[in-house]
Amino acid sequence: MRRYVPKDDVQKKAYYTDRYWVAPQVPKEKVASDKVFAEDLKAIKAKFKVLDAYIQVEQMVVYIRPEDNVAVLELMKKELAYTQLSEMSAVDFLSQRGEFDVFYQMLSMSKRKRIRVKCTLKEGEAIESVEKLFRSADWSEREMYDMFGIKVNNHPFFKRILMPDDWEGHPLLKTYPLHGDEFAAWYEVDKIFGKEARDIIGPEIRDDAAVDRYDTKRFARLGHEVPYGAEIPEGEPAVKTEYQEDDGVFLIERFEKDNSTVITDRDR
Amino acid sequence: MAQHQVKFTQDGGLPVALTTIDKVVNWGRSNSLWALTYGLACCGIEMMASGASRYDFDRFGTIFRASPRQADVLIIAGTLTKKHAEFIKRLYDQMTEPRWVISMGSCANTGGMFNTYATVQGADRIVPVDLYLPGCAPRPETLQYGVMLLQKKIRSEKAIKAQKPKRLL
Ligand code: SF4
Repeated sequence: MRRYVPKDDVQKKAYYTDRYWVAPQVPKEKVASDKVFAEDLKAIKAKFKVLDAYIQVEQMVVYIRPEDNVAVLELMKKELAYTQLSEMSAVDFLSQRGEFDVFYQMLSMSKRKRIRVKCTLKEGEAIESVEKLFRSADWSEREMYDMFGIKVNNHPFFKRILMPDDWEGHPLLKTYPLHGDEFAAWYEVDKIFGKEARDIIGPEIRDDAAVDRYDTKRFARLGHEVPYGAEIPEGEPAVKTEYQEDDGVFLIERFEKDNSTVITDRDR
Repeated sequence: MAQHQVKFTQDGGLPVALTTIDKVVNWGRSNSLWALTYGLACCGIEMMASGASRYDFDRFGTIFRASPRQADVLIIAGTLTKKHAEFIKRLYDQMTEPRWVISMGSCANTGGMFNTYATVQGADRIVPVDLYLPGCAPRPETLQYGVMLLQKKIRSEKAIKAQKPKRLL
């Protein structure tokens, strides 16, 4: 198994060390290149501060201030016909820029356009809920909290959605280890049997490349069924794969492999 | 009174069969293994297929029950998440003795491909497992063969001896 390396600084360190290599980026176009988007942006700009706006893959991306999020989405829903919030969540840029990106993916069925409204949040800052405008934000905001720990104000039922209520940590943060931290590794043992049971049950076996054919506790032997934990000497003889004892079973007719019919014609 | 001589224990003289209590009880137990419906993920589909008409589990006396109180065998079919672990323990505790557990598929055996923070790395960390079925997912034939092996295992157990309840701890 590959050794697990903590990825705390994975964003800071460049993956490629070639100093002439430039990470490819999807080209950004000017908003003016699309008439519909240009008008939408004008309507938003008239009332709110827009930090940045561009078109990427035929979708307009608009950066706004986080305190404007409900008002901007309301304007887009009521006046600009972006009636669906198809997705919302956050992206962890903590070690790169020290902030989260929160995005709202908006869809207009009548204009056949999509706009992504984005804002940035520092760690520990909260954002206002848009659940009153879009019901779909209800679970998305809970998921955002569950996965990133971003708090949402005035949410009607604010708690974790995927992980258990008593879970510690937020798994989609870049600093969260894939195999779980100490709390996650012992979660079910601690909860069901108590901390004393840790020694008896033992740590999780995370090495999925380990194979030991003489370990009868963790490895099944196809065609060589042996009892759990049995000692297997080297070069053990093959065990017959019949599921009935030699002297037969009370009241049950013995199944003879040689007398059985093998159906090879599927349509029989 | 019959005129001819009846040999009671031979030639089917009377409907009498001699056996031991162990064998009778284990015959009954092994041929009426009622399983708890417990599909947790994709393996559950194969488990349902095993119960349906093409593979037909009923002919082994394995009938799926929706209540742990009526079930003898717990077939853990699928990915056991950490959130769900406490419920499987509770359901296992609700089953009456004697009870058996089949862990079906890589996920239930070892966590399988879900080598992540959210998956229990082997259902045997929560409940004692009698039989591990390899595969992702095991075919219904594998599950049937597993049930046959479990029947064989049950037949080799002592029935009248007060059975020690199986506990992980
Ligand atoms: S072992 Fe494979 S088929 Fe079974 S639940 Fe896991 S992923 Fe699904």
